[in-house]
Amino acid sequence: MEQMNITLAQYQDADNLIIQTTIDGQEMSVPLDPANRHYQAILEWVAEGNTIEEAD
Amino acid sequence: MTKAAELAKMGEVLTTSQIGGRRNIIINGAMQVAQRSSSAVAVSDGSNENYQTVDRMNFGFGNNAGGACNISQDTTVPSGLGFSNSYKVDVTTADTNIASTHQIFFRTILEARDIRNSGWNYTDSTGNSKITCSFYARSNKAGTYCFSFRSVDTSGSMYYVKEFTLVADTWERVIITIPSNSSLVFDDDTNAGAVLAISLQAGSDRNNATDDTWNTSDSSLTTSNQVNFFDDTANNFFLTGWQLEVGEQATPFEHRSFGEELALCQRYYQQHTYSLRFQAAAAGTLRFPQNIQASMRAEPTTATLTTPSTTTNVSSVGVTGNYIQMSASSSGDTRYEGGNQWQVSYDGEI
Repeated sequence: MEQMNITLAQYQDADNLIIQTTIDGQEMSVPLDPANRHYQAILEWVAEGNTIEEAD
Repeated sequence: MTKAAELAKMGEVLTTSQIGGRRNIIINGAMQVAQRSSSAVAVSDGSNENYQTVDRMNFGFGNNAGGACNISQDTTVPSGLGFSNSYKVDVTTADTNIASTHQIFFRTILEARDIRNSGWNYTDSTGNSKITCSFYARSNKAGTYCFSFRSVDTSGSMYYVKEFTLVADTWERVIITIPSNSSLVFDDDTNAGAVLAISLQAGSDRNNATDDTWNTSDSSLTTSNQVNFFDDTANNFFLTGWQLEVGEQATPFEHRSFGEELALCQRYYQQHTYSLRFQAAAAGTLRFPQNIQASMRAEPTTATLTTPSTTTNVSSVGVTGNYIQMSASSSGDTRYEGGNQWQVSYDGEI
């Protein structure tokens, strides 16, 4: 539905339930819910060849 | 008809027709709720697009469109109609270099199930089942603007585009009646179903729609008559009283209380402030409940808006799943509070 500028995405913990990301300059925590618009944008970002980093 | 029959008929009309019950499908049509900011936010392509000020109102610059504007909740309203707020667009950087795919618009996005279950017989092949959109608009930039209703779930999308004309500095109530169409699809889910947009600029590849009909072969939101509202930094646009109702008549705007509208908006976005403190027996973690006020459309994205002034003995803090988790570095007083506190946003917008 909309364009988002994603500059970083990393799983928050080893359970991989939350993605820490920076979208349009704002840090946020994104759940893995297919209905979540930020998660949808991250999936598109991954489809473009980007990678979600593993948790620290 | 006898008096008794007249009264019976009146009762039937009041209870079963369009004017009975809750009518407006659009949330925050009177622009009352602005949880994110009631003051102006500067917007341009790639910067502060989407949701910034008035709840449920989404602003977009498509395909690297130029120009910039401030958007805000404003108090300029049509007089005598019970409104206090409008959605304002104030051009701050003009753009007359319009590439073919450029488009600038604001929109409200409705859940598919809210259209599907509205009572509109949208697949009626005769086109006689109608849904009516109305709003009050004003601009110093006179000319032809375009409203569009996009059905997202329909294969390839379908766009109903309707021109409307504004006279400079004059409030106009725009009424657009949209017919049913046998090809329309609205899924029974919480995803986007209908996108209602007001266009402010469109390039030559985005203004090919035919007025007052369902368009299926093109993704244009406008006709070729669409004005370029962004041609001068003096330009302002105001809109309020946005309503979508089943039927072919535009009834008076359905005013709802602030509390009702806020609760409806909180399905999509909420902000809450937390003051966290506990006495740790040792290094460890404590979980706190969240203060979510309404069932949200989707599991929300969370973000920190403000941080507290006091952070004592805290090794980490954050929203994790359905709770807040704060970890203490060691035993003792563990605090995450003070000042503006810890303010968190919950975003379940479409």
